[in-house]
Amino acid sequence: MSEKRATPLLDELEKGPWPSFVKELKKSADTPAVNDLLGQLERSYEEKIGHWKHGGLVGVMGYGGGVIGRYSDLQAEFPECAEFHTLRINQPAGWFYTSDALRTIADIWERHGSGLTNMHGSTGDIILLGAKTQALEPIFAELTAAGFDLGGSGSDMRTPSCCVGQARCEWACYDTMGACYDFTQTYQDELHRPAFPYKYKLKFAGCPNDCVASVARSDMAFIGTWRDDIKVDNEGVRAAAAGGVDIQKEICDMCPTRCMAWDGSTLAIDNSNCVKCMHCINVLPKAVKPGDDRGAAILIGAKAPIVGGALLSSVFVPFIKMEPPYEDLKELISRIWDLWAEHGKNRERVGEFIQRIGLGNFLEQIGLDPVPEMISAPRSNPYIFFGDEVSEGGQA
Amino acid sequence: MAATVEQVAEAMFQLVKETHGKKSLKAMDLTKAMIEKFGEAECNKDLCKQAIRQLMDSGRCIYSYFGGSFITLPPDQA
Ligand code: SF4
Ligand code: SF4
Repeated sequence: MSEKRATPLLDELEKGPWPSFVKELKKSADTPAVNDLLGQLERSYEEKIGHWKHGGLVGVMGYGGGVIGRYSDLQAEFPECAEFHTLRINQPAGWFYTSDALRTIADIWERHGSGLTNMHGSTGDIILLGAKTQALEPIFAELTAAGFDLGGSGSDMRTPSCCVGQARCEWACYDTMGACYDFTQTYQDELHRPAFPYKYKLKFAGCPNDCVASVARSDMAFIGTWRDDIKVDNEGVRAAAAGGVDIQKEICDMCPTRCMAWDGSTLAIDNSNCVKCMHCINVLPKAVKPGDDRGAAILIGAKAPIVGGALLSSVFVPFIKMEPPYEDLKELISRIWDLWAEHGKNRERVGEFIQRIGLGNFLEQIGLDPVPEMISAPRSNPYIFFGDEVSEGGQA
Repeated sequence: MAATVEQVAEAMFQLVKETHGKKSLKAMDLTKAMIEKFGEAECNKDLCKQAIRQLMDSGRCIYSYFGGSFITLPPDQA
């Protein structure tokens, strides 16, 4: 084993009471690849430039996604991390594992790779960091034999992800894990064989709390919601008030549409103006709950770039029942993919494509009627342009 | 009669070979080229999808990533 790399700059990142990735990396510094990784990283901090090149021809037979090629541009100096590819492994829905499954993944990874993992990456996948090219097929063979599969990368459908949903959360308005699993299985071809202009992410959140950040991080978000009235147990509201919650200040005044009224004994909600933000439900979990007529809103077009220009998604379908086999949704997805795959530019996300061609044209092409809920913020209307027949004489 | 998966895969392979080093092709570029070559009555997107899968599973083509996913020849055949 080569000598331990000196890392005076990285050492600074170990100081302080917070978690440190340097501290964690150093625990594995006996692994030659990690030792060289620390050396190369130190160099990057000295020179203030990255020394990784990514992309290229690496992958496993038959698949176009799941492996992200990563090479050092200082290969002579840091030979043990000259090839340091990333593998994305499709995580189980809701990120539930048995300890046995975790041990299996860890054992395979220690046998063939650096042993470094990121549980989980921002995509949701299990991330295995640091494999040599020749190790990729053996890792893939062992992972698939153990029941795992690679996730997405490149211009494909990325690994769908979901919140824990009904497995652990009373607010889940549909079975997020079931939907995530179903769509993952349906779109195996799109996941493994990139055929799009760029990535396409599906994320499933059981309620508007959106614990998977789907509104900001997915091209297509399925966010649980309800269309009947919020369920209020006024006994519970009074108990919360007696327990110190200032219902007027903390609930009514913070409702974004001010659709609630509290007279000291009854909490009244004008449900026609409720935008399902979850605020009152989050603060009064024992007294206020989502309605019974539950489903999801479908939003399209988010993009979260590293540097700037984040794009949030917009409502496309205000409410749909989320019931297998999700035929209407799959039909909608296939119409979107057909249009975008054919006319999108390289590296153009679907949200950017919609911005370029205009929402009206996009809706027309995919055969979806505009509805008033297609807005970027409540009580605004940036998309719908009324035709001459509507605006003539200023009369609708 | 519709073209077969094998015929489309072979035509795609030839196109990848001819353009190798000159033009990077994405799955949709191949699909459009095949529909144009065989005609809409003979060839469609689904058939092209199957043909691409065959090219990948047989190892005749591989995917590359250079700011986007492209279909290319394996290094030993390029
Ligand atoms: S998104 Fe909603 S349903 Fe899902 S885990 Fe979070 S709070 Fe629960
Ligand atoms: S869910 Fe939000 S909008 Fe609806 S009543 Fe509660 S606080 Fe108001």
